[in-house]
Amino acid sequence: MKSIATIIWRDVRQSYASGGTWLPVIFYLSAATLFPFAVGPDRALLLQTGGGILWIAALLATLLPLDRLIQPDLENGIYDQLIVRGISDEMIAAARLVSHWLAFGPPLLLAAFLASGLMGLEGEALGTLLASLAIATPALAGLAVMIAALTAGLKGAGALGGLLLVPLAIPLLIFGAGSLSAQGSGALLFLSAISLLLVAITPFAAGAALSAVRE
Amino acid sequence: MDKGQSTGSSERLLAEAISCVRGERLLFRNLAFALEAGQAGLVTGPNGVGKSSLLRLVAGLLQPSAGSYIAPETKALCDDRLALDEHLPLEQTLGFWARLDGKGPADVDDAMTRAGLGHLTEIPVRYFSTGQRQRARLARTYLTGARLWLLDEPANGLDTVSVDQLGRALQQHLDDGGIILAASHIPLPIAFNFTLKLEQLEELEACL
Repeated sequence: MKSIATIIWRDVRQSYASGGTWLPVIFYLSAATLFPFAVGPDRALLLQTGGGILWIAALLATLLPLDRLIQPDLENGIYDQLIVRGISDEMIAAARLVSHWLAFGPPLLLAAFLASGLMGLEGEALGTLLASLAIATPALAGLAVMIAALTAGLKGAGALGGLLLVPLAIPLLIFGAGSLSAQGSGALLFLSAISLLLVAITPFAAGAALSAVRE
Repeated sequence: MDKGQSTGSSERLLAEAISCVRGERLLFRNLAFALEAGQAGLVTGPNGVGKSSLLRLVAGLLQPSAGSYIAPETKALCDDRLALDEHLPLEQTLGFWARLDGKGPADVDDAMTRAGLGHLTEIPVRYFSTGQRQRARLARTYLTGARLWLLDEPANGLDTVSVDQLGRALQQHLDDGGIILAASHIPLPIAFNFTLKLEQLEELEACL
């Protein structure tokens, strides 16, 4: 357990130190800033569509770190050394999921909070948006880790990763953005269920991909 | 004894009739060898014959396609991959492995000194030369405290002084009851208990 904490700590420190953490945040904020420019400053329209736009921006922000999640450590032999020390592929993937969420989830929530001001979201709508994103970010992190592990070592992994992630993220988007509408209370529960499922399968799917790439 | 599994607490390395197929090519078959505590084995042969694969197999990174082996629980692999964070100073990035291996800062210092890197502890690894990178790999290996050292071309890029230094570290490990399995083209200054000569298996390849 102590070794897993050591691995997670290294990843998190590296993400924040390299500035890679803030790239999705800046992207997220700029996407949210562009939207009012594009559709005009109609407050009613922004209130109606803003939540959905912020959700789509969250999905796109998930794509940005894909090629840095697994590939560098795999190429550098870090994972080989962990395996030699008796740490399983699943453990490595689980640690990567936790460390990626720590570097991705909280900054994204902060950015969503800031961006919601640009859309004029407040009160209950803001609360629901942040709750839905908080529930979904572990699943988005899980999808990113799975896809990064699957495409590690391939040419053009970034573009392929985008193609793979978008369809897999559709359920999250439907229930996440759906929770923002008036009759959306059940949607949050569905979102939680999907999120749990994705988080639960990530260590095994990504672990299998890591062990396959070694052969 | 399961196929391809090390049974853990063994004090020696024992391989029984192991074969390895990679990319539909038979690299070697029916390899058998044994190394007791304090013994060293050398693997030789032309490029691409499967020396690195043999070391990776014993390290647990590859599965043998047939046969089985038992190995000590603690293993250290030194291959061509650096496995160090290039933007961090040597001492810090070795510190990550030290924490995983249950070692302290004093052990990191000791490993760096033994690898002849005592003067580079504060330098980020990306500025290292080829030989210094190789010594950093060796320092990471010394640091593990593992019983079995698997060394893939450990003297690559080293100058003569560093090769002597490497020889002293290897001898020290053997004297402490460690085991070494090394693949090297450059003669290493320790006495090996056996030399395992791998050869191309061209006729066999045709039969497959």
